Amino acid sequence: MRRNDHRAHGHPSWWAFWLHRVSGLLLALFLPLHFLALGRALTAPAALEGFLRFSDAPVVKVAEWGLVTLLALHLAGGVRLLLIEFGRASDLRKNWIAGGIGVAAAVGLAFALALFA
Amino acid sequence: MLVAAMNDKTLHVRIWRGLGADDDGRFVDYAVPRQDSQTVLDVVTHVQRVLDATLSYRFACRVGMCGSCAMTVNGQARWTCRTHVAKVVGADGVLEIAPLAHLPVVKDLATDMSAFFDKWARARGRFQGTLTRHDDFARVSPETPERQAANAGIECIGCAVCYGSCDVVQWRLDFLGPAALNRAWTLVNDVRDTDRTARLRAVAGDAGCHSCHTQGSCTERCPKAIAPTIAIAGLKRTVARAAVKGEL
Amino acid sequence: MSAVVGAASRGAEAAPEMALRNAVAQARRWYWQRISAMVLAVCVVLHLAGMVWAVRGGLSAAEILSRTQGNALFAAFYAVFVLACAVHVPIGLIAITSEWWRWPPAAATWFARGVTAALVVLGLRAVWAVYAPGA
Repeated sequence: MRRNDHRAHGHPSWWAFWLHRVSGLLLALFLPLHFLALGRALTAPAALEGFLRFSDAPVVKVAEWGLVTLLALHLAGGVRLLLIEFGRASDLRKNWIAGGIGVAAAVGLAFALALFA
Repeated sequence: MLVAAMNDKTLHVRIWRGLGADDDGRFVDYAVPRQDSQTVLDVVTHVQRVLDATLSYRFACRVGMCGSCAMTVNGQARWTCRTHVAKVVGADGVLEIAPLAHLPVVKDLATDMSAFFDKWARARGRFQGTLTRHDDFARVSPETPERQAANAGIECIGCAVCYGSCDVVQWRLDFLGPAALNRAWTLVNDVRDTDRTARLRAVAGDAGCHSCHTQGSCTERCPKAIAPTIAIAGLKRTVARAAVKGEL
Repeated sequence: MSAVVGAASRGAEAAPEMALRNAVAQARRWYWQRISAMVLAVCVVLHLAGMVWAVRGGLSAAEILSRTQGNALFAAFYAVFVLACAVHVPIGLIAITSEWWRWPPAAATWFARGVTAALVVLGLRAVWAVYAPGA
């Protein structure tokens, strides 16, 4: 049987789904590392400090910014889903997709400013 | 074989030809004269009548009422009788026509719709009531939220455009699909129906509403502007409420 | 063609008991996912605000620990955050592993349980690590 290709996927609601799923997956992979890093304060606070010095490196800061942005995107997409599933939406609420991306961009920008400026 | 040179007056059409599961199938090229106000169904009809009588395809009403002519046009599921060539032809002048996705191909552009309708039945998409002809008419106000929710979905004619557009249908073989779930939702909201519990059980689970991830391709592509995504969201809420109350 | 239809109808022949149990289980998974999502929405907004504020001028272990050690409110907040993650993340992973990577249901479920355990253990350990007074 025929399967769909990318041409069936090029609409906002599908992209919202894909972003939400991929951001969730990346965050899920990141989370254990985050917990492990913080947990080092238990056994060796010096190691936590060492890790934080490592995280001063620009490439790490960019990665941190990426994670914050992913989290904000996942949150925004998630709020849209909660509104569709529990609210009285009658359509795909594409305006919320736009709003959600806007909010995530704002959060990313705020974080970038705090990090680099 | 492309005999005529490709130009503004001629469409380069690629049509899927094949015998279904046992045959690999491939796209075959045709040159079709371009006209004003030409629909994709006109194109397919021209190929079958003038160029290649062995082409198999389905249509019936030709006017956007029956849904029989649903096919995949340039990668998207559409009613070919209501799709103007001018709207979908690619920048390269190519029109690609294939059968609907996620359904076994019988031949060329005709698919086997059995699975689609079997799932409709499995979702208990059939009204069940207790009144007989000897009873008075049931009185259902069109203003109630339940009736409005039902009315939003009852125009479905089972064309399978939504089914062919949904990724979850591709990922999960037994996923009931947007149309079946949408129909179930209209019946869940029908106050005359008496099959509620069994229907809620039928639409819950991996094969049912819980596998919908709100991609929205169904709602995006439905030619009747129905929103199965919203219907399925309603099913999720209703099933959850029933599960919590122990009524499932 | 018959293999596809066969697979679809074999699902229908599964015992009604099994189907009901699956329906209830899926309903639970769905609403726990949404409930934890609502909790996380609050936690994430607060966490993001906190992070934007905290990273100004760089991060250091001493800075972090001075804010978190002995701070019961902080510890309680992040403990709730960890537990909400431990509910929310695995349910999402079940969908990805079964739909995108075609894992069989049992494998997906056991993997999710493992992730739950890992997040609870590592997460609460991390909360304790930064809360426990004195190094």
